[in-house]
Amino acid sequence: MTYTIVNHVLDYFELEQGGLWSLIGAIAVWAAPITGFVAIVGLVSIWLERKISAHIQCRLGPMEVGPHGLLQTLADGIKLLGKEDLVPKNADRALFALAPMMVFAATFVSFACIPFSEKAIIADLDIGIFFIAAVGSLEAIGVVMAGWSSNNKWSLFGAVRAATQVVSYEIPLSLALLAGVLCAGSMSLVDISQAQGGWIWSWFIFRNPFMWIMFLIYFIASLAECQRAPFDLPEAESELVSGFHTEYSGMRFAIFFLAEYGKMYVVSAVGVVLFFGGWLSGIPAIDGIGGITGNLIGAGVMITKSFLLVCVQMWIRWTLPRIRLDQVMDLCLKYLLPISLVCLMLIAVWQGLMPTFDEFGIAMIAAMALGFMQMRRIYRKAIEASKTRLSLPTMKV
Amino acid sequence: MVATFDVKERLRQRFAADVLHADRAGGMESITVKKDRIVEILGFLRSEPDLAFDFLSDLGGADGMRLDWPQWRDRFQVVYHLRSMKHGRRLRIKASVPESDCRMPSVTGLWKSANWMEREVFDLFGVHFDGHPNLKRILCHHKFVGHALRKDYDIHQGQWLDETESMMDEIGEYGENPDDGGFSELVPVNIGPAHPATHGTLRLFAKLDGETVVRVSPEIGYLHRGFEKHSESGSWTMVIPYTDRLNYCSAMLNNVAWCHGVEKMLGIEVPERTQYIRVIVSELSRIIDHAVCVAAMLVDLGALTNFWYLFNLRERIYSILEELCGARLTSTYVRIGGLAYDLNEGFIDQVRAILRDIPKNVGDVIALIKKNRIFLDRTVGVGAVSKELALSYSWTGPCLRASGVAFDLRKSDPYLGYENFDFEIPTYEDGDVYSRAMIRFDEIVQSMRIIEQALDRLPSGPIFSEDKRVHLPDKDKVYGSIEGLMNHFVLVYDGIKVPKGEGYHPIEAANGELGFYTISDGSGRPYRVRCRPPCFTIYSGYSEIAAGSMIADAVPILSSFNIIAGELDR
Repeated sequence: MTYTIVNHVLDYFELEQGGLWSLIGAIAVWAAPITGFVAIVGLVSIWLERKISAHIQCRLGPMEVGPHGLLQTLADGIKLLGKEDLVPKNADRALFALAPMMVFAATFVSFACIPFSEKAIIADLDIGIFFIAAVGSLEAIGVVMAGWSSNNKWSLFGAVRAATQVVSYEIPLSLALLAGVLCAGSMSLVDISQAQGGWIWSWFIFRNPFMWIMFLIYFIASLAECQRAPFDLPEAESELVSGFHTEYSGMRFAIFFLAEYGKMYVVSAVGVVLFFGGWLSGIPAIDGIGGITGNLIGAGVMITKSFLLVCVQMWIRWTLPRIRLDQVMDLCLKYLLPISLVCLMLIAVWQGLMPTFDEFGIAMIAAMALGFMQMRRIYRKAIEASKTRLSLPTMKV
Repeated sequence: MVATFDVKERLRQRFAADVLHADRAGGMESITVKKDRIVEILGFLRSEPDLAFDFLSDLGGADGMRLDWPQWRDRFQVVYHLRSMKHGRRLRIKASVPESDCRMPSVTGLWKSANWMEREVFDLFGVHFDGHPNLKRILCHHKFVGHALRKDYDIHQGQWLDETESMMDEIGEYGENPDDGGFSELVPVNIGPAHPATHGTLRLFAKLDGETVVRVSPEIGYLHRGFEKHSESGSWTMVIPYTDRLNYCSAMLNNVAWCHGVEKMLGIEVPERTQYIRVIVSELSRIIDHAVCVAAMLVDLGALTNFWYLFNLRERIYSILEELCGARLTSTYVRIGGLAYDLNEGFIDQVRAILRDIPKNVGDVIALIKKNRIFLDRTVGVGAVSKELALSYSWTGPCLRASGVAFDLRKSDPYLGYENFDFEIPTYEDGDVYSRAMIRFDEIVQSMRIIEQALDRLPSGPIFSEDKRVHLPDKDKVYGSIEGLMNHFVLVYDGIKVPKGEGYHPIEAANGELGFYTISDGSGRPYRVRCRPPCFTIYSGYSEIAAGSMIADAVPILSSFNIIAGELDR
């Protein structure tokens, strides 16, 4: 797929295939649009984050630049471009400059294996999941480089926290990825998506009772991987000033930011592929369209689903306080890791013994809806109980 | 109840040679003693069950250089304000210190809070305390020459001070961690004075072992602007704007504290309407202060959204206060003998409207945190302070009540007619960050109850005392009669003349006991103003409480104390 398009282009310009021209062609056809896409994901995500946080906090957020502040992020980006390129006096200059690129590259490379639709994928690797997990952890190296080279204690603390956290959460995250691989019997993200064809209850999250637990573990671990609240310890503002990017300003800071939001999209997209049917809409009639139209619809569905998950990440960020470092480790090693191991085993057993049938998926949806309503009721009650301690709602004023 | 007369007699029986003078000034027994056996005297007062003056509420100094009182024998006096938690009585002990022998024993062995307060007396008056663990300057810069509150200090000289203090004497040298046998190396790190966790300008110097704070020591004084020295330069009324800048989160309470103290010295009772209005604005300020404290604390825990919910509430109260007195932060609303303005039209409706909305704002925050596993994990049991430790550090206010001592001046020593209001003193037992956060919500509810009752019963009538010593006469009297004109002239030119004497009349501010120990020489200017800021004593306990916690815990511990730099550094 990748090479065919590039080869078409090369043929069109009557250029030789293979060698340098192929490389340039690949960059022009794939790398440039993906760079653009990452940048747009960054811009949109930052705008979304601002708007979501603002509306959660009874504010409006940016309103001035463009309709509803849509261009605010662009304006900020231009401002950051114009800033002086500062390197602290005692910093390790080479590492300091390399670190943001490293972090960005780790995120950027992951996009190679993420399908937008059946055909719209740069490299449908047989080991796609493995590749994403592998390059995803490269980010930690970039963060440690940034923290170390800044020659600032707060940065170093942030870097060490990031390394601790990312390395630990890698394990439950990978186990959760394996759950999807088990269900699909393939590591290619395209194959995994296609294995979820059919009605909405064919999605992996409804496949068996353990998949949604796995999804929760995946989601929590991915929050930690992205260093998002409540796992934002590496940049904990009130403790470490700004963590590993304390000393960064201007465009280098912007690249860190872009990488963070890019990473959020990547983990959400992988989560969508593994648990929510990838680009499939869950309605066979739409998924069967095929051709360019079908691929476009698929890409739209995929991006929408991914952004929905990104929004959930933001929602959580603006709701929860931050966890302490030892509690982060406790959560990972004492809870997530054993639970994910057990779930993985049970999923394997289920896959081996139980046939796949639609009625089970429908029953799962019903059960999850009921469970959700029950939890909501319990939660409401708990909140009311906490208010009565202050006799707040009953107060006569 | 033992008559106050007995305290004097008991002291005379036991320390006949040491008691120099005793009188009763401003409703408080005041005993001047010789300095040398001060530890024995205070220890005696503390340990005798019928006296039980176990709480050091304030320790300050005074320079009597320009004071011609016969009972003021030596130049300096170190003033101890004691309170008996058991009997609810107050006592002032003054140790006389001559200039020629400017040293006296330290009472840090009796109360831990004496540590910082004695350092302050040393810093500003130059009295040396023998046996003090670490006697050095606290508010002024460590290279400062002279003692600023001495009457002969030339305030115009100016000093160039730019060297940062190393703090090594407090924190110990670098090196290995003594707690684990020298296994790991300690990292020294400065938290502040410019750091997101140190609201205001506080500097913490810490030695970290990984994420654990092994030793931490605060350096204060970055916002020291000489409030006490300033106050000596103008008239009594001119101090009111300075008090706005003490605890700038609840400026009204500072105004009330100052004016209340001066009125007591003058022997003036303010009209009932004024009392009620003062209660209303005080409690509104208390709500603001508590909201700001909890909001900032939650931001330090990473829960930013709660900050906005509480700040919306604060914003609305500020709009009310702005309409009332023209300023949001620096209100300068209360006057000696009355108020600057009467309530504006619609004030009562606005306050009632906000009372209706507070449950929603506060309820949202409580719903977000009360059952929140992360919040509970981060706060329950963190920075726990026992009752004894809190009392030894002279804690007052919500922080003390969170440790289980139901001490609130509004109940124990009622002022402004607080005895007529029906409210409770919430207490918690554990004294941890969680208790200190939750007690502030409980107090917001109690403040709402008080405001509600005050609005219901708000009497009409004048807002200013009719006393000629404080009340500017009406314009028709000024222009229509010679007495009115003279009264006006004298009040404007000489200011309010407070009779000779001293007074200490604390009120319950948002952070705890806020009192002004004032000495008047009758000239129309305060001779000495000593402010007892509640968070000074609270903050002095920080290094003991935060040592050994993780860096992520040290930050919420700090913000749960609600340290306001303006009040701390004065």
